[in-house]
Amino acid sequence: MSLAIDVSYFLAAALFILGLKRMSSPVTARAGIVWAGAGMVVATLITFLTPGMHNYGWMTLAIAIGGGLAWYSGKKVAMTDMPQMIAIYNGMGGGAAAAIAAVELMGGEFHSSTFQVLAVIGALIGSVAFSGSMVAFAKLQGLIKRSLVFPGQQLFNLLVFGGALVFGFMLMGADQPGGLSILVFFGLALLFGILMTLPIGGADMPVVISLYNALTGLAVAFEGFVLSNAAMIIAGTVVGSAGTLLTQLMARAMNRSLSNVLFSGFGSGAVSSAEQDSEGTMKEIDATDAAVMMAYAEKVIIVPGYGMAVAQAQHKVWEFARFLEERDVKVKFAIHPVAGRMPGHMNVLLAEAGVPYDKIYDLDEINNEFPQADVALVIGANDVVNPVARSNPDSPIYGMPILDVDKARNVICVKRGKGKGFSGVENALFFLDNTRMLYGDGQEVAGKLIAELKQL
Amino acid sequence: MIEGFTALYIFMLAGFTGYEVISRVPVILHTPLMSGSNFVHGIVLVGAMVALGHAETNMEILIGFIGVLLGAGNAVGGYVVTERMLEMFKSSKEAK
Repeated sequence: MSLAIDVSYFLAAALFILGLKRMSSPVTARAGIVWAGAGMVVATLITFLTPGMHNYGWMTLAIAIGGGLAWYSGKKVAMTDMPQMIAIYNGMGGGAAAAIAAVELMGGEFHSSTFQVLAVIGALIGSVAFSGSMVAFAKLQGLIKRSLVFPGQQLFNLLVFGGALVFGFMLMGADQPGGLSILVFFGLALLFGILMTLPIGGADMPVVISLYNALTGLAVAFEGFVLSNAAMIIAGTVVGSAGTLLTQLMARAMNRSLSNVLFSGFGSGAVSSAEQDSEGTMKEIDATDAAVMMAYAEKVIIVPGYGMAVAQAQHKVWEFARFLEERDVKVKFAIHPVAGRMPGHMNVLLAEAGVPYDKIYDLDEINNEFPQADVALVIGANDVVNPVARSNPDSPIYGMPILDVDKARNVICVKRGKGKGFSGVENALFFLDNTRMLYGDGQEVAGKLIAELKQL
Repeated sequence: MIEGFTALYIFMLAGFTGYEVISRVPVILHTPLMSGSNFVHGIVLVGAMVALGHAETNMEILIGFIGVLLGAGNAVGGYVVTERMLEMFKSSKEAK
């Protein structure tokens, strides 16, 4: 029987890696998740046959409740809310890893002290990932609106972390760890996760979620060592390293270092320096003129931002793009790496609306095409098209790679009001001579543009 | 039983594997891939089941129960949202 279990875990680990590999190309991605899913089913079912286990009733009940709720919420969640959903599922994984460690520590049956050390480290990482992810969820969901910043915060956080470490060391050394020290250890670790995440702003959350994803993977790997479970070790480590790389890629796309994201409240000190540059005036355009301009253009590049997704305008925008294509206008979609709430989030939202992925271009592919474009239509994007990032070293977003929308012959910006972007920086693009502002809700504007096109 | 250096070798090789698998991914797949890797560490469910299976006292059973519940949520939720996202990716040939 134990051979069957080993073979199944081996199979599961192989399927996970192959599945992830397939997920790295849009053509095979769908099959990839199915492969990985098959691996998970095999591993879960065979685990029921592990010798010497009891509590099967509780086990089945827990899987039914946890799985059922997750299934329901996962099917129901809107695509725009995907980042916080990933955060919450990820936090659950971290919590599960911490729970494993707690049970093992209370049982006190360790094969060697190495395992005890690994269990405690895994518990610490898992707890931080759990409570941190929950805070990330609450922030993205809008349950926590403000970033908590107070004097001496970093020192306080450091003290809490140090406290967790001290109790962790005590647990590592103890033969039969006491209930109280276990409780305090987990309490401090969970508290640190909360404190560490609270001061981080909403714009940086994706990077943080990605980091916690990697941490959970690592925690799972450590608990895998404790339980001598190769599938957990391999899957956890693969996710740990893949997640770390993904976190770096995201941070780089936003032109921020990871430590910068984690240890400085974005926008808190930087806003003042960016307020000088509102020169010139914004010029308005109405939907009729905008529609005419694009209908007789040769090439239009559409730049969608998170604002478009919030207005649920992606379907209308795609419909509008198809009308343009019928008139032989070349239409391309340009997506900034951090458009939306996570890298690639915007692609998911456009895919939901039915935009084929080969019409969607990323920053490197499209940037040299803007000078040849007659119209660049910016919908609900702000910071990612702000030329200040190229020109003004004082700006907090200076150095961030942007879409060179300003180089197009005409720029039309669809925007709800005259407010600033997510980072609180004034957008110099809106004041350029070749820029026209088209005010209104994204969905409404797209609807009007379609109506105007039909009349031409 | 996986011990000492064997464990270290597994750790190292799996680490490089994860890095390699991700390193050539187009940006458009970053979100689904993060979600997909989130699903993969749902394997923690298996460990939570074993922990619950060996739990003796009521406290251990309670925590083990929570662990399995959370692990199942991670695995199932991760799968559902990843699959939903990837389902939508189509090329213009498929769309017509």
